[in-house]
Order: sequence, then structure tokens, then C-alpha cells
Amino acid sequence: MNMRHGFPSGRTAIVGAATFGIGRCPGVSAVDMAARAAMLALADAGLSLVDVDALYTSAPYEALGGMELSEYLGLTPKVVDCNRTGGSAFEVYVQQAALALEAGLIDCALIAYGSNPASNPPPGVGMTRQSPWEAPYRPVAPISSYALAASRHMHLYGTTRAQLAEVAVAARRWAQLNPEAAVRDPLTIDEVLSARMISDPLTARDCCLFNDGAAAVVMVRADRAKDCARRPIPVLGAAHAVTHREISSMPDLTVTGAAISGPQAFAQAGVTPADIDLAMVYDAFTITPILFLEDLGFCPKGEGGRFVENGAIAPGGRLAVNTNGGGLSCVHPGMYGLFLLVEAVRQLRGEAGDRQLERAELAVAHGNGGVLSSEATVVLARGA
Amino acid sequence: MTAMIRPEAEWRAHLAEGRFMIQRSRSTGCHVFYPRIVEPGTGADDLQWVEASGKGVVHAVTVVRKKDPTDSYNVVLVDLAEGPRLMSRVDGIDVDAVRIGMDVRARIVEGEGKPLLVFVPA
Repeated sequence: MNMRHGFPSGRTAIVGAATFGIGRCPGVSAVDMAARAAMLALADAGLSLVDVDALYTSAPYEALGGMELSEYLGLTPKVVDCNRTGGSAFEVYVQQAALALEAGLIDCALIAYGSNPASNPPPGVGMTRQSPWEAPYRPVAPISSYALAASRHMHLYGTTRAQLAEVAVAARRWAQLNPEAAVRDPLTIDEVLSARMISDPLTARDCCLFNDGAAAVVMVRADRAKDCARRPIPVLGAAHAVTHREISSMPDLTVTGAAISGPQAFAQAGVTPADIDLAMVYDAFTITPILFLEDLGFCPKGEGGRFVENGAIAPGGRLAVNTNGGGLSCVHPGMYGLFLLVEAVRQLRGEAGDRQLERAELAVAHGNGGVLSSEATVVLARGA
Repeated sequence: MTAMIRPEAEWRAHLAEGRFMIQRSRSTGCHVFYPRIVEPGTGADDLQWVEASGKGVVHAVTVVRKKDPTDSYNVVLVDLAEGPRLMSRVDGIDVDAVRIGMDVRARIVEGEGKPLLVFVPA
């Protein structure tokens, strides 16, 4: 394994992974949850707090989240980052941690997240100012932006609401196999189609959940990874692209930055989409897996709707996608990107229980932030 | 070179006078919206104000649905004839009748006590 396209492919690995408090986690603060997930991930790795010399976290409702968690855990890290690229921050952290580990700047990176906005409503609406160029028209944030993208995809490629509904139904079927998933009742295409319309064409069932959850992963260099408690999961590629902030500035509503980050991460990894056993692709809304499966190269541009038909991404389908149940049926506490990574690690390790894939050698975890604004792709392998 | 010191304020001042202005770089010939200090991508800082034709085409549309259907409203992205894309809404038409590809033209109306740029069917 060596440097490929600027990335130290295979030279770092995820050695600990954990989730905590998925669904409802009342009575504690977001930082309590992030700390709990962090300790679980460290224990999973057979490491402890004293080993950690780099901390990466994003708290949706706390701008100073990096310093907050660092203080809480009593760390004085060599690297602290709290980036603001929405749900994609965690895939970006994998990239940044790998580079810092490779450089020898750090020895052990902790990437953590915790939030309980459903149990513990945050005081403000959010931390960003509304765009003065969009706010007067009262789009519902963020769903209307995704709805605009969906409308364009439907217009250009004939994508239908029923195809969007397939994404929601597939996510629910995977969730039914995941004891951690928050929503596991059966869901049909008709139920999605007749759900309350929020911003055409997206109904309440086309939207991710809004619940609580925490997660964490630990990364070290590969040569140390083999001494950790669990099978190390090498990081083969990690790439990032930001194309805009607001939907009115998105260069092409039907092509996301995944068309940049995906090919770059695959090139770093020396693999193609055909080699991938598991695609964990951020499902903020049903349109997003369709866009990401296209842009990552699993199907041609415009074919995403047809690609997901007839249970193709559900259990038993042609491609395993979002086997934890996704943001749509498992968990989405504001930023979901770290949960994609944890599920990929679990599948690659062979710990996914009833939803375990028979073949799980290579996985891609693709995070999304803002309104299709920030896209970050990580390629992981089962490792030796 | 004219320095664009207060892009948003100048745009709103023109709008208050009933004029929909957009920026154009003297050197690249490209138009810019939303108003900025420099042209995105090239960094050209020779932006001037020019009157927009007002012509546009609906690029994307969504309808925000409310419990009372009469409260529902459309939100669109419009491609101006000059090139830039912006968010707006289409007035003077049933919310369900707004179509991608329809020709629209800009109109300045009053929105919450301030001038507001919207579009109407052309």
C-alpha cells in the first residue's frame, strides 16, 4: 500500500467503532453522548483516552464542539478539528486523520459525534444565517432544496415518485434486520406515495428521521492496527468536494460533488464501483441515494431511478445499500455521516448480525452536507 | 476599474427604484448574480451594473404544501437569459401549473414592506 493520488492508501485503519443512544436519548447533553460513544469505540479498539492525540468532532448546535469535547475528555490533542461541512464532516475527518497519521503528526485519531435534538430540542434554529437571496421565497430548509434537485432529475431523466419511494422502502427493509434501527414497521410504496407532501415531490416518508444518536471511530496507522483488539479496517481512499452552499448556486442540480470525490477515492483505492460489496450513501432524502449511486459510478447518470426499482437496493437485491436502515429508517440526529462509517466497519468485520452480507470485502461510505453542497467519499476494506 | 464595495446594498437600491440590475464583467463579458465583489471563478473585479432583460426560464420547481391548500406556494430556480440562476417564485399562476422550461419574466413587487423580485409567466 502506498501514496496514490495524494492519499496514503491502506496505511491507516479504523480499529474501533461504536454507536450509542440511537433513537431517543433524553436526560443527557449532546457532549455526554459523544463522550460515551468515544469511550465505547476506544474500548472496542483496546485503547484508552491516554492514547488519543487527535480529536475530530462536529456538533450540530455547538460551534466550538471540538474544544468542548476535548475539554470534556481531558485531552490536549495535537490536532483538533470541528469542521462545518454538515453531515459529510466525518468522511472528511477520515481523510484528514489519515494524512496526519501518515505524516507522523499524530498517532491515534478519535472521530466522534453525539446529538439528541429530538429529546433535547436545541435553543436556536441552527447556526447559519439564511441566504438573503433565498429566504424571501420561504423554501422549507433543507427539504425544498433537495426537492428542487429532485424536480430537475425527474424532468431530465423521467425519475418517478415511485422510484423515490423504492429508496424509502428498501431502507425500511434493511432497518427491519437491524435491532438498533429506530423505525422498523413495514412500509410500502403506496404508503410513501400517499404520505403527507411537504415540498413536491418529497413527502414525509421521503425524508430522513429526526432522532438522537452518537457514534465514534478510532484510527491508527496500519502497523499499529494489527495490535489492536479488533480486525483493523484499512482506509483505502478518502476524497472531498465542495461545489456550493445554497441550491441556487449548485452548478448542476443533477450532478453532485460525488462525481468528483467518488472517482478520486476509488482511484486512491485502486478499485472500481464493480468491486464494491456495500454502498453506504447518505440518505437525507430519497433522491440522494439515487444521485450518489449515479455520481459514484454504480449506474450511468440519469439511470438511478431505474437502478433502485423492484427492491434492487433492498435485502436480496443487486447491490447492498445502507444496510443499517439509513437516515431514512435507522438514525439521523442532524449529522449522519459517522453512522455510515460505523455500519461499513461492522459489515466488513462480519458483525452485522441478521443483515450481514455474505461477501463484505470492500465498502464505500459517502457523506453529504448542506444541500448537496459537500460530498466526501471513503473506501474501506476488510483487511487481513 | 470600478470597485464594487457594497454589492447587496447597491442591488437593493436599484430594486427600490424599480430596476432589476445584474452585474457584468467588462473583461469576460459574463453576468453575475447574486451580486458580489468579484466574478466567481475568474476573480474578475471589473463588474458593472447592467439592467437585466428580465427574461428567464424555470429550471426547477417545488411546491411547499400547507394544510390549507390555498396557502401552498411555489419556489423555483430561474435561469436568466443572461446566464445566472436565482431562486424566486412565479406569481399569477396556479401553483400546480408551474412547469420546468416555462418562459417567465421578472417583476418587482412588494414583499413584507420591501421590494421583492418575482417572476410571472411571460
